[in-house]
Amino acid sequence: MAGYTKTNITPPRWLLAELTYACPLQCPYCSNPIDYAKHSSEIGTEDWKRVLTQARKMGAVQLGFSGGEPLTRKDLPELVKHARDLGYYSNLITSGYGLTEDKIIELKEAGLDHIQVSIQASSQELNDHIAGTASFEHKKQVAHLVKKHGYPMVLCVVIHRENIHQMPDILKMAEALGADYLELANTQYYGWAHANRDLLLPTKEQFAEAEKIAQEFKETVAGKMKIYYVVPDFHEDRPKACMNGWGTTFLTIAPDGVALPCHSARELPNLECPNVNDYSIEEIWTDSKAFNFFRGFEWMTEPCRSCDEKEKDFGGCRCQAYLLTGNMFATDPVCSKSPNRHVIDEAIASARTAALSDNEKPLIFRNSKNSKLLS
Amino acid sequence: MILNTDLPIQFSRTHRLQWEEAQQKNVILYPEGMVELNESSAEILKLCDGSRTLAQIVSELEEKFATQGLHNDINAFLEVALQNGWIHQN
Repeated sequence: MAGYTKTNITPPRWLLAELTYACPLQCPYCSNPIDYAKHSSEIGTEDWKRVLTQARKMGAVQLGFSGGEPLTRKDLPELVKHARDLGYYSNLITSGYGLTEDKIIELKEAGLDHIQVSIQASSQELNDHIAGTASFEHKKQVAHLVKKHGYPMVLCVVIHRENIHQMPDILKMAEALGADYLELANTQYYGWAHANRDLLLPTKEQFAEAEKIAQEFKETVAGKMKIYYVVPDFHEDRPKACMNGWGTTFLTIAPDGVALPCHSARELPNLECPNVNDYSIEEIWTDSKAFNFFRGFEWMTEPCRSCDEKEKDFGGCRCQAYLLTGNMFATDPVCSKSPNRHVIDEAIASARTAALSDNEKPLIFRNSKNSKLLS
Repeated sequence: MILNTDLPIQFSRTHRLQWEEAQQKNVILYPEGMVELNESSAEILKLCDGSRTLAQIVSELEEKFATQGLHNDINAFLEVALQNGWIHQN
């Protein structure tokens, strides 16, 4: 709390609207909290409209409709229209499951700017296994329809040990589908991915090989397809500049109306994240304990506090620090200056051992049954 | 990719150019991203409506701002815009 001044609070630019935790897919690296089944209430259409209006007034302009699967919300077209009227650039982040051509047209007419379709792998067998649902052929069809109706088409593939060997085929698939953007998102190990880490984390050699293939491909498609490569931070020696700094740019609203400085933040203890049912977005952004908690640099401990790179990476990710060291004020253990870097090295070694062993544990799929068992 | 001086220039259909009141500037919006524009860049892009060539854009802006010699700066900016996919020529 200490050390920030209200004068240097920057307004939100990005609003992530997690409309629901309901999802027909069961991806074992899902970014939703492990205990999502406990938070089953959803705020209503008018609540979302109020949130969109208030955040837009403060300066938010990029809007992600996410989830869960946002298409499960019947009021999605109504919310898209409201967002367009307010001047948002709206992104639908979807599995594509249940997306028909009629719906694609309806959303376009409502003012949706872009549809990001996730595909889990380049083969039907692996895609359907990872997604926990037979969905591969439909996803490819959706990608085609998204393109047909004039949306920029973004294909998102989450990369982990089960699919990293498919990198050349994933790239070919993206090109064949006519993707304008390809997001190669190396798994971030929170929530479900944390629970499945030994089975998902690739070895350093696998990362290096996959990155090399992706970089070479990037040059061959320059001008046609843009590739976003989300770095695998475990294999870096400096942490990511998480959320571009706490409470500076990103605002996430969870399905039940809880406002979060990042989508994992509800796993941090005692932040008292406020709910949009109780406060306006301006009050939440400017005055709440949660959004001010890690603003600025005063909260930092050593080695961050005296580090000359603190303005570059803000000490890394608070959720990762908490998850891996038990102390949310600690330096992100990814950093080689962190006294806890060994926990990352141990995680890498443990995953390598699992990769080489003959009898791997099964993946824990993201569904309500497992959510209740694990929380 | 090099700008063709004979062809008209069109702002991309998959990007959006918009005035942001909160930031008091024009921005280009695209999937999960935003570029903030200075005033002169925005003036150039607003003229990329699919009817004007480079030379026409230059002369209109020179007239509008009562100045000369904008060709090189405008050409350089439009090359960058083309590389980034903000504009295209059919």
